[in-house]
Amino acid sequence: MSCSNSETEDEYIPIPYSLEVPQIFQEKLIEPLIPTNNPLTEEGVALGKKLFFDTKLSGNNTQSCASCHNPRNAFTDETRFSDGVDGNFGTRNSMPIFNLAWNFSDRFAWDGKELGLERQALEPVKNPIEMHSNWDEVASKLQQDTQYPTLFLEAFGTSTIDSTLITKAIAQFERILISGNSKFDQHLAGNATLTLQELNGFNVFMDETKGDCFHCHGSDNNPLWTDNDFHNNGLDATFTDLGLGAVTGDPNDNGKFRSPSLRNLAFTAPYMHDGRFATLEEVIDFYSEGLQISSTIDPLMKKVNQGGVQLTPQDKADLKAFLLSLTDNEFVSNPNFQN
Amino acid sequence: MKIRILAVLCVAFFVNSCSEDNDINAVPIGITLNFSHSWGENEVTNADFNTLKFTNDNGDQISIEHLRYLISEIVLTHESGVITTLDDYNLVDVTNNEGLTFTTSAAIIPGDYTSVSFRFGFSDENNIDGVYTDLNTASFNVPTILGGGYHHMQFDGKYIDDSDAEAPFNYHVINAFDLTNINDPVNTSFQLNIGAVAVGGNTNINLNMDISEWFKTPNTWNLNEYDVNLMSNYEAQLLMNQNGASVFSVISITQ
Repeated sequence: MSCSNSETEDEYIPIPYSLEVPQIFQEKLIEPLIPTNNPLTEEGVALGKKLFFDTKLSGNNTQSCASCHNPRNAFTDETRFSDGVDGNFGTRNSMPIFNLAWNFSDRFAWDGKELGLERQALEPVKNPIEMHSNWDEVASKLQQDTQYPTLFLEAFGTSTIDSTLITKAIAQFERILISGNSKFDQHLAGNATLTLQELNGFNVFMDETKGDCFHCHGSDNNPLWTDNDFHNNGLDATFTDLGLGAVTGDPNDNGKFRSPSLRNLAFTAPYMHDGRFATLEEVIDFYSEGLQISSTIDPLMKKVNQGGVQLTPQDKADLKAFLLSLTDNEFVSNPNFQN
Repeated sequence: MKIRILAVLCVAFFVNSCSEDNDINAVPIGITLNFSHSWGENEVTNADFNTLKFTNDNGDQISIEHLRYLISEIVLTHESGVITTLDDYNLVDVTNNEGLTFTTSAAIIPGDYTSVSFRFGFSDENNIDGVYTDLNTASFNVPTILGGGYHHMQFDGKYIDDSDAEAPFNYHVINAFDLTNINDPVNTSFQLNIGAVAVGGNTNINLNMDISEWFKTPNTWNLNEYDVNLMSNYEAQLLMNQNGASVFSVISITQ
């Protein structure tokens, strides 16, 4: 324990949390983004984890963050749209949660509307079609709990609970959710051998004249497997959901959504911002033959006028095999990330 | 004259940079490179992106949607003949308005330099696959199957093609890599000599990239012929390299 003998609230010193950064991340990426006003601590992370799984954050005490962000599904769920506490459904697929400390734009959600992880955590609680509560009510419930006041005292030096500290704790827990131990990672480390099909699939992924996936979805040198940027990837000719455009008000951003990481696709179906594709085969078919032309389509979707990159059936199968080599089983079964 | 001699001695100390009792009075400083962009005589910023408002020398209407490029290897030749090469590099990201101003991190001794140059892209020596964590994070890499390392430039947009349809182009400059002769890639980065610079306490070198020149001199660029898949197009990379020679100019040097 690193607290002093004094019983005054402001003298407890939380223990700094040592983030376990995979070797491949240390070698290839810049340092993760940890806000100076919310450093990771053992107490803060533990509190954030408890809050993440606590149904007290919802209006009728039936849902927690984990209801839509299940650790077994790489912190998303299996449905196209998630149902809230009142049985209402949203219009976006629940995003997986991992490696968020490397999102240097600090824009979160499919459309980038949430600036900062702490601010993102504010939104679902008060959203009427999600947890349908309000922060005063949540803070009051936690304040009356027998454990939380002490846990907040240990994490933040005060037992007075409010939305700022709750979201800080949740953000701390989310920042330790790191996925970096897939078969492909082990292959790069020299500890695993890819099958010929997986290797061929990687080449399809990296080949400018075939998949050309790497410009938006990382590479062996960017193990996030995303550029964390926003693109119109050609899903629709006309937009029912403006995506980033609704956030920025710039028509040039209409139809743009965040490139998701390609890690853990085995656990994160359905795919795309609206979960329209149930399988990886559907996703690959879309990029191969299903692109739709619109005014804001990204020029990196180079074969849009031919409908897509026109992969052969073998290329498609190989690409799928490679993508599944980015599956991190350890991440979804890590007891530190489970309730 | 004493001051000038002192400066020369300082340069010698800096280049060697192993003295432990350096008591030279001149204070090492950084120099700042500022990058602006134009289409001919007209200034271009990211506010001009995403609309088909430009016409290239081939008569094609084009838009700019992404533009970022790498600057490295600043070389300063002091009038004494001492050459200082800085390891700095900088990603100029016009799309996101980042990296347009870049101050060298390594200290430079004030004085008269007969030439200052920088490199567009990376030399072979510095184009080491996967070692620059910031560029990896920015997904600026080149696939190993095309030689690895990094892009020199990513420039994407759209144009009106010969069938009057809007089509994408990806003017990506990397080393020219002949897939039939993979052991002999051609480095397509190039040096730009800024000329003589008197480096003082607040030296700003203001540079401009005329984007239209990528399509113009000496090769009139036909996007209908060269629009996408140019990274793996050896001939296109050599043509880009030739056109790159005229894109940068020095606007001014201020103190």
